[in-house]
Formats: sequence, C-alpha cells, structure tokens
Amino acid sequence: MRAPSGQEIAAGDVLLSLENVSLAFGGVKALSDVSFDIRKSEIRAIIGPNGAGKTSMLNVINGFYQPQLGRITFKGKARAKMRPDEAARGGIARTFQNVALFKGMSALDNIMAGRSLKMHRGFFWQLLRHGPAMKEEVEHRLFVEEIIEFLHIQHIRKVQVGRLPYGLQKRVELGRALAMEPDLLLLDEPMAGMNLEEKEDMSRFVLDVNDHFGTTIALIEHDMGVVMDLSDRVVVLDYGRKIADGTPDVVKADQAVIDAYLGVAH
Amino acid sequence: MNLLYMIFVDPFMQMAAAPDLLVQTLWEGLVGGMLYALIALGFVLIFKASGVFNFAQGIMVVFAALTLVGTYHLLVLYGVSNTHLAAYVALAITIGVMFVLAYSVERLVLRPLVNQPDIILFMATFGLTYFLIGFGELVFGGEPKVMIADALYLPRGSVDYKILGGLVSLQKIDIAAAVIASLMVAALSVFFSKTRIGRALRAVADSHKAALSVGISLEQIWVTVWFAAGLVALVTGIMWGARSNVSFALQVISLKALPVLILGGFTSIPGAIVGGLIIGIGEKIGEFYWGPLIGGGTDSWLAYVIALVFLLFRPQGLFGEKIIERI
Repeated sequence: MRAPSGQEIAAGDVLLSLENVSLAFGGVKALSDVSFDIRKSEIRAIIGPNGAGKTSMLNVINGFYQPQLGRITFKGKARAKMRPDEAARGGIARTFQNVALFKGMSALDNIMAGRSLKMHRGFFWQLLRHGPAMKEEVEHRLFVEEIIEFLHIQHIRKVQVGRLPYGLQKRVELGRALAMEPDLLLLDEPMAGMNLEEKEDMSRFVLDVNDHFGTTIALIEHDMGVVMDLSDRVVVLDYGRKIADGTPDVVKADQAVIDAYLGVAH
Repeated sequence: MNLLYMIFVDPFMQMAAAPDLLVQTLWEGLVGGMLYALIALGFVLIFKASGVFNFAQGIMVVFAALTLVGTYHLLVLYGVSNTHLAAYVALAITIGVMFVLAYSVERLVLRPLVNQPDIILFMATFGLTYFLIGFGELVFGGEPKVMIADALYLPRGSVDYKILGGLVSLQKIDIAAAVIASLMVAALSVFFSKTRIGRALRAVADSHKAALSVGISLEQIWVTVWFAAGLVALVTGIMWGARSNVSFALQVISLKALPVLILGGFTSIPGAIVGGLIIGIGEKIGEFYWGPLIGGGTDSWLAYVIALVFLLFRPQGLFGEKIIERI
C-alpha cells in the first residue's frame, strides 16, 4: 500500500488540526472548546473516562457530527460542514466501537466494499460486467487479497461476517478501513472486548500498518498498557474538555489525568 | 369418505387422465407467476437497499406503461409515421421519465425523511401512490389503453404443440415475457452479487453508518435502486399490458405481490422469483382442479392461503436471511 497522493505532507507535519471545537446536543455539551492536532505518520491516542467525549471527537472528525463552533483543518485546508461519505472521499477511514460491518456479506465482500471509492467504472459497464469493469474488479481484488493476507484472515474470506467471533469481526473491520488506503485512520476502541492474545495481535497490526505504510492513526483505547505502548502522543479528555496532551510519559505523570481516572477528594 | 375422495384422489386422477390439460394449466400458472415475481422483484430491490416497503411499486407499473403508451400516441400525433421508431423513442423517453421519477423521489421524499422510523417512510410511499395515480390520470386520462405490443415488435398469436395426446397452446407473448423476465433477473442477480454498485447496495442495506464511513453515498444508491425498480416496473407494465390492457385497475395486481414476498422473503431476489412461480402455479392448479369443489372463485384468496401455510413453517420466508443476533 502506498501513501495516497494529494498535497504532500511530510511525516511529522500537522495532518489534521482541530481548533476550539465545541459540540452540544441540546443542553448537553459533548465537547467544549477542544483543540489538538494529529501529525502525519504518528499514532495518536485519545483517552479519557467513560462519557468524556472520545467517540464524539471521532464522529466530528469523520463528519457524523457537525460541531457548532470551531475550525477543522485537514491536509492544510480548512473544512466546512462535511458529510461522512465526503470525509471518506477526503481520505479518512474509521472503525466503530461496536463493530459496524455489513453482516450479511462475506469478509471478502466487506473489504471489497472498502474499495468502493477507488473503483470508477460506470453503471452500464458494471451491468454488463465486462471489459473495463471486469478488469477493474480483478485489480482491486488482488489488492484486497494483500490486505487479507496481512491480517491473517485468509481462512474466513468467504464466511458471512455475522457468523464470525467478535475478535475476527474487528479484524475484518480494520481490513475494510485499510482497503480505503486512508490518509487518516480512526480506530474506536480497536481492542474492546478482546482477550489478551487478540489484543496483542491487534496491537501488532496497528503498529505494522503505521510502520509499513506510514498511515496516520488516531485511536481511542481504554487499556492503558496498550495506549502507552502504541502511541506517540496522547490527548486526554474529561467531561468534554481537554485536560492533558503530550507524550505517554508526560500524560501518565499529569496530576489532572490521575485525578480524572482515580477520582479526587474535594 | 366421498369428500376425501373428491379432495385427495379425484383431482390427481383428472391430472393423469388429461396430461395435456395439466401442462397447459402449469404453463399459464408459470406465466402468471412470472409477472407476480417481477412486481415482487421491484419491492425487493427497494426494500433491500433502503429498508422501505414501497407501496407505490404497483402504481409505478401502471405509470410506466401509461407513460410509454401516452408518449407513443403523442409522437404519432406529431407526425412520426414509422410506428416502430415511435415506439422505441417512446421507450427511451419512458426510461428517462423513470429516472427522473427515481431522482425526484430521493430528493423530495426520502432525503427529508432520512433517519425517520420505517413506518413514516412506508406512509410516504402511500402518498407517492396517490400522487402518481392523480398525476397519471391528469396527464394521460383515466380510460384504459391498449399496449403498443406490435409497434414494439412483441410477437402475437400462439404456437400449438401436439403432445401427450392432446394440444398445448402457448401464447407467443407469454414466451417472450418468460425470456425477457429471465434475462432481467439474471442480469440483476449478477449485478447485485458481483459489482461495486451492487456491493454498495447490499452494504447500505446492512448498515447505513458503515456504508457512509467507506464513502458510499446514500443518495446515489437510493436513486439507483429506485431507477432499477422503475425499469422492472416498466418491463412488468409492458408484459402485463400486452396481455390485458393498461389501466389503473392493474395496480390491484400488486397486492398479489404480498404473498409472493411473504413466501420468498423480503430481501431475496431468487426468493421473489421462486415465490412468484409457486404462487402463480399454485393459484392456477388450485383453481382448475380444486376450485369446482367449492364453486370456484378461488383466485382472489388462494395466494394468501398458500403464503400463510408456508409462513407457518418458515417465518423468514423461503430465502429470507435468517437474522443472526449475538446476545
């Protein structure tokens, strides 16, 4: 997988930045005045207690939610209101906390669906399923087979994903996101509900994706050990506010973070 | 004892005694069933991709047929002398109209109602039904019309086969209907299972948010399925119209698609086909061999009874996807 083109952003430069983003549902403030950035090729973790606004943050980034206030800049361009399919077109892929797969389809078809944006042949060619459309289908199938091999899911290729155990479903979902060759990959609790072995596998995949393809990754995770091992920088949210931002070591020692996680006597 | 004989033995004796009659009845059931299957197919397409039960499918059949005939007469009126040319130009225009209809439905009906409960969308298709009836009558008038079968090069007359010691007579238009319907179903099945847009359609049916996250545009998919359903409606309208004529009474037939859907499952294309054939053949055989026992008139209800019996044994339909849910 090569890095997708676009404006070239060198590793280490800012890929996405959020400035003073606020999001409210009626009277409930999900995010208040949050600013942070994600640099090219890093693994950025978003952590915080339950209800801190982590998933809302991801939903804002990929366009499921529109923030009421604030500015989002992606690949150097300030971004107006954006729908999730437009964000996907812009190079943002994601997975979901509770796995959102196409349950009636095979693992292969799920990952192929991730290639939708890369395939362009028109309706009528496809209706005929001939000529250029067929060639295109074959090319993308080869690419998808690479992903399948990379994630070690060859054996479940043709299995309807609704029948798979949870850990494998998460892997297929990751595969679908990778098939998009994203500039920015958002992972919402990629290791939730997994046993130790599965967690180790998933951690390795995340690191490999980042290493081999230079994909920028933002992930939400509860397991502190995992977060500290994987991420280059961590941002901590609590009650919709940012309370800390920095390298894992800095964040770990931050008093506000310790208070948020352990509670504090008033 | 005599009653049991009349129900369980006599009809089969009749079948054995006159096999040519049985073949004739089967064939008529098959053709009727195919048209039910086509209507059910329109329902399935839309239901699969958007979860909307489109009550307007029946009237779309009428509307498409009316548009075709109406445009044809208009073209002839304005001096297109070659009837075949006029017919095919009218066909192209009608396809265009079905696209505009699909696009408008997405824009004006579905998009404002996105994320509303299914029942709201269902009711909206009721509204669409009555709009199309009113609009169709306004533009084309309410009187029944004759389908332009000859101008479209559809065959007429019948072919007779001397087999099984009797005569079996097949209408050519029915044979044409069978061929065209089979081709269309095959094309749609391949399209759904093997192509990007087909995959996107199934993806949207499974999960809206996941589909959005991989960049599939719901609007585009909805226009595509409504257009596909419109094309299916057009073919159904032509075939059905050629057998009787084109009038708003045709839409009642769409209610026959309900037992077909119950049988086949709401999400399965093969289900719609097999369900349609079972209902069509069951109806004809039942009417012919068992109907006289209760004084006839079975065609208005037998289809529903067949569906009910199947429902007892397979609540998800013959081909419906069994929902697997982790608890």
